[in-house]
Amino acid sequence: MSARTPCRSGFSRDSMPRRSQLKPLLRMALLALLVFAGHAFAASGAIEPLPFKDHAQEVRFQNLTKQLRCMVCQNENLADSNADLARDLRLEVFQLMQQGKSDAEIKQYLVDRYSDFVLYDPPLKPGTWLLWFGPLAILLAGGVVVTVAIRRRNRGNGAIDDDKPADGRQAGNAPADMGDDW
Amino acid sequence: MKRFVPLLVFIGLVGLFGFGIWWNSWHDARYVPSPLIDKPAPDFALPKLDAPDQTVTKASLLGKPYLLNVFASWCVACAEEHPVLMADGRALGIPLVGYDYKDVPDDARRWLREHGSPYDLVIADQPGRTAIDFGVYGAPESFLIDAKGVIRYKHIGPLTPEVIARELQPAIDAVKREAP
Amino acid sequence: MTPELGQLALVLAFLLAIAQGVLPLIGAWRGNRALMAVARPAAAGQAVFVAMAFGILAWAFLHFDFSVQYVADNSNLALPWYYRIAAVWGAHEGSLLLWILILNLWTVALAALSHKLPEVFAARVLGVMGLVAIGFLAFIIFTSDPFGRLLPMPADGADLNPVLQDPGMTFHPPVLYMGYVGFSVAFAFSIAALLGGEVEQAWVRWARPWTNAAWGFLTLGIVAGSWWAYAELGWGGWWFWDPVENASFMPWLIGAALIHAQAITEKRGGLRAWTLLLSIFAFSFSLLGTFLVRSGVLTSVHAFASDPRRGVFILIFMAIVVGGSLLLYALRAPKVTGGKPFDIVSRETALLIGNLMFAVAAAMVMLGTLFPLIGDALHLGRISVGPPYFGLLFPLLMAPVVLLLPLGPFLHWGKADGGALKQVALRAGIAAAACAIVAAFFVQGQLKAIAGVAAAVWIAVGVLLYALKRWRDMPRGRRYPAEMAGMLLAHLGVAVFVIGVLLSESLSVTHDVRLAPGQHEVIAGYDFRFDGVHRTAGPNWRADQGVVTVQRDGRTVAVMHPQKRTYAREQVQTESAVDAGVFRDLYVALGEPMDANNIEGAWALRLYYKPFIRWIWGGGLLMMLGGFVCAGDRRFRIKRIAAEAALPPVEPQPQESPA
Repeated sequence: MSARTPCRSGFSRDSMPRRSQLKPLLRMALLALLVFAGHAFAASGAIEPLPFKDHAQEVRFQNLTKQLRCMVCQNENLADSNADLARDLRLEVFQLMQQGKSDAEIKQYLVDRYSDFVLYDPPLKPGTWLLWFGPLAILLAGGVVVTVAIRRRNRGNGAIDDDKPADGRQAGNAPADMGDDW
Repeated sequence: MKRFVPLLVFIGLVGLFGFGIWWNSWHDARYVPSPLIDKPAPDFALPKLDAPDQTVTKASLLGKPYLLNVFASWCVACAEEHPVLMADGRALGIPLVGYDYKDVPDDARRWLREHGSPYDLVIADQPGRTAIDFGVYGAPESFLIDAKGVIRYKHIGPLTPEVIARELQPAIDAVKREAP
Repeated sequence: MTPELGQLALVLAFLLAIAQGVLPLIGAWRGNRALMAVARPAAAGQAVFVAMAFGILAWAFLHFDFSVQYVADNSNLALPWYYRIAAVWGAHEGSLLLWILILNLWTVALAALSHKLPEVFAARVLGVMGLVAIGFLAFIIFTSDPFGRLLPMPADGADLNPVLQDPGMTFHPPVLYMGYVGFSVAFAFSIAALLGGEVEQAWVRWARPWTNAAWGFLTLGIVAGSWWAYAELGWGGWWFWDPVENASFMPWLIGAALIHAQAITEKRGGLRAWTLLLSIFAFSFSLLGTFLVRSGVLTSVHAFASDPRRGVFILIFMAIVVGGSLLLYALRAPKVTGGKPFDIVSRETALLIGNLMFAVAAAMVMLGTLFPLIGDALHLGRISVGPPYFGLLFPLLMAPVVLLLPLGPFLHWGKADGGALKQVALRAGIAAAACAIVAAFFVQGQLKAIAGVAAAVWIAVGVLLYALKRWRDMPRGRRYPAEMAGMLLAHLGVAVFVIGVLLSESLSVTHDVRLAPGQHEVIAGYDFRFDGVHRTAGPNWRADQGVVTVQRDGRTVAVMHPQKRTYAREQVQTESAVDAGVFRDLYVALGEPMDANNIEGAWALRLYYKPFIRWIWGGGLLMMLGGFVCAGDRRFRIKRIAAEAALPPVEPQPQESPA
């Protein structure tokens, strides 16, 4: 069964493929994932009270770290990840906030070091035009299709009679049959 | 004709998925390309592992290309990589600088005594702060830094003879060709 | 009970699936009644053998048969029996067995309830179900055998992932699969209709209850998964737009569109091609979900261990099933529009707009989910797409749906009555605005919360006004046919869901704090007092358990026990304490002790106040209920063939089909 496995040891798969089936390269990838296996850290390392100035700053910190990806446990955001690196980066974000940096500056700081991959909010650049404008394009195309469809149906096909059964049965013959009384 | 649109889109998707399976079979899914390639390495000032009162700075390493290898005594994959470095490290022809990442210095020194040290120099980053500037997210990682202090190549994960032959050595050769 | 018997059962099921898939379709094509009659017995036989295989695997788990690799990987001696049964579907191979078991459940139900369907049509429907079964059984037998042996047999197994040892997680997969697999019925109906050239016009009416029921199950499955994530993961979140969550959401969106498109096609005869296409899409998205989870193409915390061979197999299977159906659609979908014409302001238009928004939303979710893959393919670099993307676009796309929802029932088919419409819009609008203004005082200008209140009241008032209208206008017994009652429930569910989401998202308070025993922290008017941590243990875990007393206005409201459990193999799991309430949840998660050697000292804690969060799942449950109630409408039950045969077929209008 699919398992959401909170990433503890950097190893985000929930069952280990058998050794005999693994190609050497895949096996190495798995070993790379085991990098943090020797580290003894508990599952709740993400809970750490930081000395925020006020509640508003805490909320800003929470919102910001939710938008950042943990580079170790790549399926968790920075706010929730237990990884050591996540803890370090949270501290980093906190210190940058204390220095007065804006959200955009903090994000840029991390992107400079870890690439766009660290942002859950894909930046708007030519490479992501398809992503950001795609849905709009699909909506417009669909809208055209729907409009054409409605116009065609509407084009003078005799009286538009509402609420009559569609298969030609007599109106008096149990209208509830077609659910057309509503 | 419109009726064929869903089928065509689907065929495109199948192509995409086929690509995805192929791509995945030889790429580490966790691999993220570094934004620091061809950019200057971050300035750093870190103590030597053996002599903590002495500091090594980026400036002091300029003038010759070197390989910066991020490792730690707690890192299982680094233990896998270690024999490769011991065997093939010298053959690279450039200095090997060990970067001890978030480690207790005593543990690191013991580990190097037990396993041997392929490094010409080992610096220690116990808090891990400088490593963030390098964009380190999983040991082992290796950076090829040229004579001017620019990062030219980065490898994430253990170095293997195949990776060295296919990627690292050519990168080292290219860097060496530039130097006077 | 040797596991090899399980393998044998699967092979026999496979052979019967081949019989069920191939013979009736040939029979239908050739008019051979004997071949067509193979469908039901073959389906029954297949079901028996699949159930046997499933039972044998469950037996192996219950009796600690660690000689079976799958059992050894997913259970151990300390695992309680109820989780040992859940472990049957705890990983890839077993979950596939669950998939095929559920496919057989739906097939058997279909076989049993389809005796009144025209023979040729029924044979085709069951045949298509058989073809799908062939694919899955082949997948299991050739790449994912759950009965493989592990020799020498270990003394103890690994363990079921602790995260799965929770009732929510036990319940979520079977229910979710009921939904996913259930769409195969609507799919089978559509393929049968396409193959038969749509001679039976009433096929949409026959398909409706099956579609509604499947959608209801899928809704319940998604709600269960969301609730489990909230309760178990410790971070107070209920939806992460994770690729595999999206994989379940896409068929849900298409299913919602399909339900409404089927209504148009059944009652007014129009949109036949679109309904056919949606039916194919719904099941295709189910298959896509299967592919994404098991092929390793997308990184997700939800994913099974990936094996490229499996990925290729599912991809080929999907290509055949979906590609084949879309090809069939392209060649045989009705080119001529049937159906009664309709005005621009009419129920048909509203439903069409709704369909458009749902379809675009599904496309958007697919685009965002697959974009990292597209990025790799087009060398755009590694791009990350997460909640900021989906969380922005989805509400935008759903806004028109929310606006139209209360007006829908008041719009007549064909041509709407402007006057009645204006009245409803005015009343609902005023109510929404009034409530929004009141809310603004309470939530101190939080726009999201105000918007949520306004939207929910807008929808709810519209629903209530219509319910009232029916009460006044219709005689007793005809006021609320099941189809309509289902609609009202589901739409009300949307209102409840909307207010739950927007209020909890904007008004939640999360706070990390370090407390020594006896210290307090106040959030949102609730006083949390930390009363220390002590050791405790369960059947297969030991834990540090904290005690947190919550008071409000001097009265003790709750005593909460957050835990940090350690399972076999040193796997640590945070079990948060949740005090559930109708209007708010209080939530406490245990962090780390300040001093690792002294658990009785101060600890880090995370405290949450989550208002109206249960309304999210409550709304979902109402939607599910709406789906099931609608499916139960007597009108959809198949009448005697004789009566149907007396009806003249619908005259196609001489127009071009737009879809």
